[in-house]
Amino acid sequence: MEEALLLARAQFGLNIAFHILFPSITIGLAWLIAYFRLRYELTKDPAWLSTYRLWLKVFALSFAMGVVSGITMSFQFGTNWPGYMNKVGNVAGPLLAYEVLTAFFLEATFLGVLLFGMNRVPGWVHVASAFIVAFGTTVSAFWILALNSWMQTPAGHTTLDGVLIAGSWWAVIFNPSFPYRLTHMLLASGITASFLVAGLSAWRLLNMPPDQAALRTLRQGARIAAVLVPLQILVGDMHGLNTLEHQPAKIAAVEALWHTEKGATLTLFGIPDEEKKKNLYAIEVPKGLSLILKHDANAEIKGLNEFKDRPPVAPLFFSFRIMVGMGMLMLALSWFGAWSLRRDRQPRRWLLWAFAAFSFSGWVATLAGWMVTEIGRQPWLVTGILRTADATGAVSGAKLGASLTAYVLTYTALIVAYMVVITHMAGKGEAGPLMKGDVK
Amino acid sequence: MSDALPVIFTVLMGVSILLYVVLDGYDLGVGMLLPAATRAEQDHMVASIGPFWDANETWLVLGVGLLLVAFPAAHGEVLGALYLPVAAMLVGLMLRGVAFELRIKAEGWHRELWNWLFWAGSFLAAFAQGLMIGRYITGFDAGLGYWLFALVTGASLCGGYVLLGATWLIYRVEGELREKAVLWARWGLLWVALGVALVSLGTPLVSETVREKWFSFPRIVFLSVLPIGTIVAWLWVWFSVRKSDKQPFLGAISIFVLAFAGLAYSLFPYVIIDRMTIWQAAAHESALKFVLVGAVVVLPFIFGYTFFVYRLFGGKTKDGGAY
Repeated sequence: MEEALLLARAQFGLNIAFHILFPSITIGLAWLIAYFRLRYELTKDPAWLSTYRLWLKVFALSFAMGVVSGITMSFQFGTNWPGYMNKVGNVAGPLLAYEVLTAFFLEATFLGVLLFGMNRVPGWVHVASAFIVAFGTTVSAFWILALNSWMQTPAGHTTLDGVLIAGSWWAVIFNPSFPYRLTHMLLASGITASFLVAGLSAWRLLNMPPDQAALRTLRQGARIAAVLVPLQILVGDMHGLNTLEHQPAKIAAVEALWHTEKGATLTLFGIPDEEKKKNLYAIEVPKGLSLILKHDANAEIKGLNEFKDRPPVAPLFFSFRIMVGMGMLMLALSWFGAWSLRRDRQPRRWLLWAFAAFSFSGWVATLAGWMVTEIGRQPWLVTGILRTADATGAVSGAKLGASLTAYVLTYTALIVAYMVVITHMAGKGEAGPLMKGDVK
Repeated sequence: MSDALPVIFTVLMGVSILLYVVLDGYDLGVGMLLPAATRAEQDHMVASIGPFWDANETWLVLGVGLLLVAFPAAHGEVLGALYLPVAAMLVGLMLRGVAFELRIKAEGWHRELWNWLFWAGSFLAAFAQGLMIGRYITGFDAGLGYWLFALVTGASLCGGYVLLGATWLIYRVEGELREKAVLWARWGLLWVALGVALVSLGTPLVSETVREKWFSFPRIVFLSVLPIGTIVAWLWVWFSVRKSDKQPFLGAISIFVLAFAGLAYSLFPYVIIDRMTIWQAAAHESALKFVLVGAVVVLPFIFGYTFFVYRLFGGKTKDGGAY
């Protein structure tokens, strides 16, 4: 049973980690594509058309990857976590159904129009289709984040004969952590997409003769990131304070605070030791934690000793630092990039290399962030209501192991193919027509 | 009202699954037919399904989503029992789905590889779905006979999808490829005839519940509409493949609708045969009502824009379909 739980978690964790890579690109990229398409409609400049076409191809591939891995998830809820549906199906099910009804069909259908309909529908219908696809991806994020947030900070439900039912759907959807988590994720996607666009454009500039369209998308990617990253830091901080209020054990684990302290110490780096309940080789800032969490140097912060149910410390501690560290690097690169690419300046080669290296940086930060929030919810599947261990089914370890192997092989092949193809497409694919002047 | 809700959701779920089977059925059928065509024809075939496949697959998500929403108790049980075929189907759908994008972008042997994976993914998904139907009808009974039955349903569904795919191509393409599709459609028809016959005879043999529901007087008189209708639809397809573009596809859909109706009649009111009825498995009223409101508001829009897209891209595929 223990083994089956571990395998069920490994399999589901692998699948959601694989899945989130693609929505984190498509939610943001969809809006960029709608913008590119609109600019072409307004200017009729062929360079905008080739920009739009290039990124539409990247989008189509990313979207397909998201769809197929998402379908897998809708089945794995049942195959891996039957206890989840039995206990909270009355709340979780409708939120997923609304995602399908209001978002999936919209995205999938109008993506068809976007991909194949340019010469068949009037220009404005095509532009509208681009915006409908973008709207659909965002609506999809709305529902899935509502469900995820409800699992983190459940609200609006009552219990009837041992199962949960919704008392107020409004309270279920707009549960305490939802607004923060949704904004945090949407910004994450915007940043992931803008670094992807900037990075692959830089890669193109490194590999191709000077291409004004690529220079323009590099510049725009850097500028959008330069605006979104500081916003994200602000929202991330608010999200953290919200978590402190509703899931204090998660924050204690993130900060590896083993014991309740007044004027708590901030541990910048170190190696949390679960057995000795202390941090080895720690670099610390006295009173720092109280200052950042309570904005008061002497405030009391609850440590891990206060909580009977708490998540493992080391994965949270490290994931959080990877996320924040990536955020800092992305802030520096986007600001420096936006500054040094101002007006008509030509980029320096090392800057192109830096952006190219950061093409997939959004993935690292997003994955690390999701690890913080999901591992941070353990040992609960739904905080205070359902334990992860109580949600597994009767599927045998052997079956799980066999299918896990198949998934690992498939995912590895797909991710390699995906990265090779989009890098190739953006870097060396057909050249867009060169533009004369008119670079903004 | 609360007794009617599970029935309403059974109908909604049934319609979603039927739409999925018919719509993605022709996609998967076209995928399975790829190795029988030349390079140029393969591009043409994939282009004929390009604008649609994504939305088609969404009906599967809605179908399984409704199972999860409306019958949460059955969702875990059904998917748990079908664990391996579900996993196989998912891997198949993944390969097929990404091959759509990757085969266009790849060159040389990479392209051959993705074409092959397109075929293999389509075949794996179709066979796994048929296998799931076979396991589902028999209530997941263990035993060699039941597994053989599931293998037959797996093969039969592949035949059915080939029929759908071939008749879709008759509707969508012209010239030599259409001639080939006529041949494929007739092969598909023979395959389907064998499959439907075996499944129709096999189901009452393996399930007493089904036997009693069909073979009692006077029910059997009314029910004979289904097999007779299927034979008529079969003949309709067989004789219209040369003359008409649309009729063979409509005829193939009719065969699926009739077969589906027969299955639905056999199973109702069970969500898991002999074990769990739709009322036993149903979710709480509050969940069902909330989703029903959304479905009633949104489904007309979905049907509307789906119709718009089929109007837009319907008829013969003209261009290569690359974007």
